Amino acid sequence: MSTTLKSLMIGTALTAATASHAIELEVTHWWTSGGEAAAVSKFAEAWNATGNTWIDGAIAGSGSTARPIIISRILGGDPMAATQLNHGRQAEELIEAGLMLDLTDVAEAGGWADVVNPSSLLDACTLDGKIYCVPVNIHSTQWIWLSHAAYANAGLDVPTDWHEFVASAPALQEAGTLPLAMGQAGWQQNIAFGAITLAVAGQEAWNEVNINKNADFARGPEYTAAFEAVTAARDFAAESNVQDWNLATNMVITGVAGAQIMGDWAQGEFAIAEQVEGEDYSCLPGLGLNPVIDTGGDAFYFPVNDDPEITAAQKELAALLISPEAQVSFNLAKGSLPVRGDIDMSAANGCMQKGLEILANGGVLPSGDISFSADTQTQIEDLMAQFWTSDMSAADAQAAYAELIEKAD
Amino acid sequence: MTVASDPPSHTAKRPRKLFKNWMAKLASLPMILTALVVFVGGTAWTVTYSFTSSRMLPKTNWVGFDQYERLWNTDRWIISIKNLGIYGGCSMVLTLVLGFSLAACLDRKIRFESAFRSIFLYPFALSFVVTGLAWQWILNPDFGLQSVVRGWGWESFTFNPLNDPNTVIYGLLIAGLWQGTGLIMCIMLAGLRGIDEDIWKAARVDGIGTIKTYVMVIIPMMRPVFITALVLIASGIIKLYDLVVAQTGGGPGLSSEVPAKYVIEYMFRAQNLGQGFAASTMMLCSVVIILIPWAYLEFGGKKRG
Repeated sequence: MSTTLKSLMIGTALTAATASHAIELEVTHWWTSGGEAAAVSKFAEAWNATGNTWIDGAIAGSGSTARPIIISRILGGDPMAATQLNHGRQAEELIEAGLMLDLTDVAEAGGWADVVNPSSLLDACTLDGKIYCVPVNIHSTQWIWLSHAAYANAGLDVPTDWHEFVASAPALQEAGTLPLAMGQAGWQQNIAFGAITLAVAGQEAWNEVNINKNADFARGPEYTAAFEAVTAARDFAAESNVQDWNLATNMVITGVAGAQIMGDWAQGEFAIAEQVEGEDYSCLPGLGLNPVIDTGGDAFYFPVNDDPEITAAQKELAALLISPEAQVSFNLAKGSLPVRGDIDMSAANGCMQKGLEILANGGVLPSGDISFSADTQTQIEDLMAQFWTSDMSAADAQAAYAELIEKAD
Repeated sequence: MTVASDPPSHTAKRPRKLFKNWMAKLASLPMILTALVVFVGGTAWTVTYSFTSSRMLPKTNWVGFDQYERLWNTDRWIISIKNLGIYGGCSMVLTLVLGFSLAACLDRKIRFESAFRSIFLYPFALSFVVTGLAWQWILNPDFGLQSVVRGWGWESFTFNPLNDPNTVIYGLLIAGLWQGTGLIMCIMLAGLRGIDEDIWKAARVDGIGTIKTYVMVIIPMMRPVFITALVLIASGIIKLYDLVVAQTGGGPGLSSEVPAKYVIEYMFRAQNLGQGFAASTMMLCSVVIILIPWAYLEFGGKKRG
């Protein structure tokens, strides 16, 4: 009853909106931190400049809080005009159920297939040859952040790759510094695991396991070495008593810890602390061994709407989000990499430039959100949470991991 | 009302019983429907779909007991069950013991009784989220209890339950007890006030000590109060979720996970409704297994005063 009433009311509101010819689109997202809000306002400004109205539907909390709200609104017949989701498989079932707008004609008109770099981003938006989302940025997770203060304190040179870092760890410990800061949460531990395996096991084994879901490689010698490296990293991080990633980053900023493995969003914390890349901290993509990054990130989806005017406006917004101007202003504010290879990002800082260079060289991988279902991803994160905080042996963890890969979908 | 209250005596037996008090029955119809549709219907729907491989959306592709098999082979679920067992057992015993002891102390006609009562009951006015956050800070080794005691000069004092996987559940227990004991104390106090003054006089005449009177006479007389308290505590234990989310987030690692959190995370974060439903069905089963025999013994047998 109330849903019917609500949709009637919304219907009336929409009719009123169309009558005045400035179309209001409600856009939901979970970008609520300082830098994120500044970034999303760039999109809003660009949309408002076209004479339409952006109604900001920010949902506080992280994606795991916002996603159920967004999905239940779409399922409950009260869809927003556009919504952020991570591109990948989170919306797969909604698309299959016919709840998302097909953007193929917009994509063809805008030549997305030629401008989107890496092209795997567009593949993540594609189902059965049709395009359902607009990728807006790229976030990667294969980064280690090093504190120059901590290394200066221990009288050591700042490492330039993972092996040097491992070699320097005992000296750091002697100097009373925690070698590796780690927030005690499954997703952060999974990021560290992913980055270390990619660096130690090599890209070939990583591809076999993460893309082809080949459990034989997960049981193989490359992954044995990787699990042993992760076990060593676990010992380096044993004294790390924080839960949140930004608190762990803060340990690197203050020199309490030597390093942290975290996604590229960590540089926002360094920026707020007014630290300078190369002087106060260093960043090594691919842990300095394998210059490849994964290409997770955010995308906008447009739930199906009955009103043709709204549908037209949705398509207009889709084209706007990926336009060169919007991409530059949004990504500079957000600190993420743009999805287009053909725009000028010279204003970006050192770490972003490193990322852009890797993108230009084609060193890209699909992210966990793209290759695994949310179910498998959660199970892997649970395993990592268990492994990092217990004394589980590398062999046991590897066996459990291989079993998950075997059942993965 | 008049129609309902004196039905014609010649009507057949069956409709007479059905239509007796029909207005009252009509008035309670919405409640009955709500209970049937929302509670019973929702439960049946959940149990049914726990036998499917539903992911983000409910679908009817039946997979038998697969979800349950996976559930009981998942370390996280086993850890959750164990944690709930430890928390539940300790919380049940300690809340009752502490609640009753506090109530008995207040019942000894002490000064400022109402002030103490307010102080003990006050934590109950806070939500579990606030409680969890407050105790997360109190138990934080860097600026909580440990650093305060160290500041007093006891340098080797160590009290850091939340960061040790083996003790984190007791850190939760402290917060849970702090929050919940006050209410139980009030219920117990009300029960104690309901005991006839003559019982105490009789006990004194017979020369029975105070503690012995409490244990042997008063507690058995307070049986209904204890059962109320027990139900309140038990329901609080089963639905333990927000305290964990606010205080530890289930960490470190998986060491403070609880079943309710497993259900929520598999339904929404992992987008695996079937698995979440299977877990919630198991929670329902555990409640039913405990409650039904007990309810039968308590209410089904002979009537108690």
